[in-house]
Amino acid sequence: MSSHYEAPIRRPLIIGDKSYHDISVDVAAPVEGKANKLWWIAFSIALLAFLWGIGSIIYTIGTGIGVWGLNKTVGWAWDITNFVWWVGIGHAGTLISAVLLLFRQKWRMGINRSAEAMTIFSVIQAGLFPVIHMGRVWNAHFVLPLPNQFGTLWTNFNSPLLWDVFAISTYLSVSLVFWWTGLLPDFAMLRDRAVRPFQKKIYGMLSFGWTGRAKDWQRFEEVSLVLAGLATPLVLSVHTIVSFDFATSIVPGWHTTIFPPYFVAGAVFSGFAMVNTLLIIMRKVSNLEAYITEQHIELMNIVIMITGSIVGCAYITELFIAWYSGVEYEQYAFLNRATGPYWWAYLLMMSCNVFSPQFMWFKRLRTSITFSFIISIVVNIGMWFERFVIIVTSLHRDYLPSSWTMFSPTFVDIGIFIGTIGFFFVLFLLYARTFPVIAQAEVKSILKSSGEKYKKLRDGNHE
Amino acid sequence: MSNKVVQAMYNDDDILMDAVKEVRAANYHIEEVYTPFPVHGLDKAMGLKGTRIAITAFLYGCVGLVFSIWMMDYMMIKDWPQDIGGKPSFTFIQNMPAFVPIMFEMTVFFAAHLMVITFYMRSRLWPFKEAENPDPRTTDDMFVMEVIVDGNEEELVAFLKKTGTVEIKVTEKH
Repeated sequence: MSSHYEAPIRRPLIIGDKSYHDISVDVAAPVEGKANKLWWIAFSIALLAFLWGIGSIIYTIGTGIGVWGLNKTVGWAWDITNFVWWVGIGHAGTLISAVLLLFRQKWRMGINRSAEAMTIFSVIQAGLFPVIHMGRVWNAHFVLPLPNQFGTLWTNFNSPLLWDVFAISTYLSVSLVFWWTGLLPDFAMLRDRAVRPFQKKIYGMLSFGWTGRAKDWQRFEEVSLVLAGLATPLVLSVHTIVSFDFATSIVPGWHTTIFPPYFVAGAVFSGFAMVNTLLIIMRKVSNLEAYITEQHIELMNIVIMITGSIVGCAYITELFIAWYSGVEYEQYAFLNRATGPYWWAYLLMMSCNVFSPQFMWFKRLRTSITFSFIISIVVNIGMWFERFVIIVTSLHRDYLPSSWTMFSPTFVDIGIFIGTIGFFFVLFLLYARTFPVIAQAEVKSILKSSGEKYKKLRDGNHE
Repeated sequence: MSNKVVQAMYNDDDILMDAVKEVRAANYHIEEVYTPFPVHGLDKAMGLKGTRIAITAFLYGCVGLVFSIWMMDYMMIKDWPQDIGGKPSFTFIQNMPAFVPIMFEMTVFFAAHLMVITFYMRSRLWPFKEAENPDPRTTDDMFVMEVIVDGNEEELVAFLKKTGTVEIKVTEKH
């Protein structure tokens, strides 16, 4: 037992009297069981929203970008707001699975699988927006470095928008591979438990014939570690490059050097909030409270509190620098943000992102599941408005007062956004019923060090 | 040379670790160990060599970096130089700062994907591959040690029985 030592001060990460077999049973239960009514209701709503979104996208492509609320002053609005919002949400998964792996945080094991799934599904939503926004989507291959015979010139590698293409596609594909490699042993577990031949065949295919040889595990662990090492700078680079889309321009309110770290902190902030939103429901519905414990929720709340405060510092730094720069355009951009016609969006952003996470300083609040859920929703809303504020309020009053205008979304703008939320939940709900939602092999490896039963046995010996 | 192996099943990772050490000390040859999760220190106890897959990742990353430099130099400087926004692309070195993000992304892209492909190929993992674990419980909560029968079979079985095994089986190696 000595090799499984963990300090008694650490709280158990697996609650109850679980054995290795119990973990398999608990993780396989949502897959092997039947969906309840609630799942079908949620799935139907998500599917409906998704279909509405598809309709809106078809209408946009068929008619043109003119069906959106954009105008010649505000050329980026909901589309890019939604894009940045979804990419930001997509940051938590890799952060949990890669950064926390490098820091040897065992609590990531209960939540990494779902967080990574969330990452992949939300990056898919994010990717949709720039593609639709091109207008002529049939020319989407122009962003790829293709020879002139394809009707394109070589792409412009000096452009931050092209960096984004490379960053997002690298991020999506590397996250997918990282996720799938981790899934192999868990699919193998489902395959070996499957009774029906169809399920056995499907999971056999998905598990790539994983058998759990000692050499395979050795490579598996090394690959996970190296992928974590690669994914950590990758995840930071992705939102850095997203912020370059703005920061390399000369628009007051966008042209700021603080953008990369500020965007990355915001991304982690919103991503963790979304993880909390999803997992607080999932742990209840799928009976996984023994693995996604209150401690997990509390730790995520602490990350939300810290990153929320970093974002708050960034907001205030921006205001200070705008004043300190002495540039009147810069000063006006920020004055207009806070007190102009979009003051309500700025106020929503400030109260949701800076004020609300401060409640997490209180232990009673950050260990309350209901309160955590409410705050996670508030933060999701706040981070959407942050992107809206940055994008729309910086554009709507530009250098030329005669072209000052306001932006209001059309039903198509709203439809596409709702549609991506629907698409996201369609994917996530299907995932929750067919995938091993907890990295059970990894959880088994910490059972003896961090399981409640074993901790009690061991700590009892000391007294 | 016989292809016979003894499959000794264990239901605990600590017992397995002790058993592996005992079997090795008694100079039997462990063919393979199947475990449901990574048992730390098992590879060392079995005497497996360290994996070199991290080194391949480094090399693949270097390939990605070189490829991205070549690609951008060819496309933007050599093949079709343009003057975009009054910032002409005439020499690589002057344009290089703007190329850094893509150099980084391609380094990561090559390192990650090629390393994972190498892992799948070396460990023989791909879709439609038939699983070869000796017992379906090895992905759940059972640990199986395969020891090659070389000489006296009964002696080996008797020896393994003392190591805390819960089930023991003698089979032909596939």
